[in-house]
Amino acid sequence: MKMVGRAIKSGHATGEALVAREFTGWLGNVDTATDETMGWLGCVDPKTGVIIEKQHPLYGKNVAGKVLVFTTGKGSTVGSYTLYALKKNGVAPAALVCEESEPIVAVGAIISDIPMVDHIDIGKIHTGFIVEVSGDTVVVK
Amino acid sequence: MDLTAEEQEMLSGEKGPAVQKAMEIVVALAKIYGAKRLVPVKSVNVSGVSYKNLGDAGIGFLNEWAGLGAKVSVPTTLNPAGMDLVDWKKQGVPKDFAEKQEKVIDAFARMGIPKTCTCTPYLIGNLPKKGDHIAWGESSAVCYANSVIGARTNREGGPSALAAAICGRTGEFGYHLDKNRMANVVVEVGCPMEKDSDFGALGQIIGKQLKNDVPYFKGIKAASNYQLKALGASLAAWGGVALFHVDGITPEAKEKNMVAEGAQTIAVESLKEAYDAMNTGSDIIDFVSIGCPHASVSEIRAVADRVRGKKLKATLWVTTARATKEKAPDAVRAIEDAGGLVLADTCVVVSPIRSMGYKHLATNSGKMAYYSPNYCGVTVRFGTMEQCLQAAVSGRWPA
Repeated sequence: MKMVGRAIKSGHATGEALVAREFTGWLGNVDTATDETMGWLGCVDPKTGVIIEKQHPLYGKNVAGKVLVFTTGKGSTVGSYTLYALKKNGVAPAALVCEESEPIVAVGAIISDIPMVDHIDIGKIHTGFIVEVSGDTVVVK
Repeated sequence: MDLTAEEQEMLSGEKGPAVQKAMEIVVALAKIYGAKRLVPVKSVNVSGVSYKNLGDAGIGFLNEWAGLGAKVSVPTTLNPAGMDLVDWKKQGVPKDFAEKQEKVIDAFARMGIPKTCTCTPYLIGNLPKKGDHIAWGESSAVCYANSVIGARTNREGGPSALAAAICGRTGEFGYHLDKNRMANVVVEVGCPMEKDSDFGALGQIIGKQLKNDVPYFKGIKAASNYQLKALGASLAAWGGVALFHVDGITPEAKEKNMVAEGAQTIAVESLKEAYDAMNTGSDIIDFVSIGCPHASVSEIRAVADRVRGKKLKATLWVTTARATKEKAPDAVRAIEDAGGLVLADTCVVVSPIRSMGYKHLATNSGKMAYYSPNYCGVTVRFGTMEQCLQAAVSGRWPA
């Protein structure tokens, strides 16, 4: 199945889908900050790629190498840098596919060179499907 | 979206990888917000400067971009850092934090940004004109630039402001467009606005009811730019307000009707609920913050006049821009003789004060009252500058 959306960061990647219909706030929120030096604790551990926030629907799952499929993003500006840290640590998602981009994740994808496509009907993708992202196109295999 | 030939070249990498990355960010945001084209910006203020906000990943990113040859193409200033870049030892900032903060500032300097950190860039020469398109981060400065100056900016994040500075452009959406500058809420102020802190209190009451709405205040008879600075900072912190108008006072409201058809009305008859909400702290005060947003020369002089010849019991930080501090050496000496500190480049919220052991803060800023309990782990008292400085002298909030 082939779907055409809008390229937020052009690129090419293939991976196993990890889907969260209610996948907001995965980059964390500065309002819950307790750590003094970072001022921010994300839902995802930037060293391992594991989602560490207990309330999160994907708690315990690893985003590394996956095509992350979600509705929209949420979180503070620092969230862009969390995506960058994941990339530098070799545990970033292979690609991002969502319904509607917001600035935090979009900027994070660009500065981290992670392909990102939005305006996609994510209801047609399920966790475990192999998904290929290329430019503005998403192919579900 | 229509891009000019030059913008296409920037996006395709013909002007180098640093410009290309900047253009990718600007174009992606323009797409997300439905802009039809880009507009040139006259100046930029970059937020996300404190190591406390950036972390090591942020430093890595800034160095990578600088390494690609990123240079700003328009006048650019920086938001406050986590410390006074000169007097950080006096401020009590730990050495490891200071080393990381210096790396951040050095990365920005490699991109051609002066080592000046302030949330009031408009007080130190980054002063746009009415109608200018700019790309600023820092919610209080955005609110001031849009409302008091009449320049045009959205609330930019750190990387997006920096991207705009590098490619000299931003997407034409949001507050860059006439239609989005009309007020959708009219605020009828029925109570007198007598004390300086009343403006921060009004910002609290209205801010917490609004998100990214545009309020139009009626019933404020007079307001100085410093009072409007306090109002905007509080509105932006307690709500997501980036633009407000004051009837007969702010530039766009003076020129033409700025109230949209069908705007709702909110009446404010008393500021008591705001003072109550921001006075949940203890009567004991160990830390007093003045200068949020950064103090002007006249505000520094006003502090000096109230503490001259006294000995302070609580820690007093007056935060300001370095250029402002240098204009008031006598006042700075009087404050320091009393035991206070006048710190440049920094801000209480983004400095590591939690680890310095402070518990009970007093402030004359609605913005500081919003952020400090969560970010700094302190209790809060909010009032006039006079009350705050009495607390600095006695160590107790005045009855």
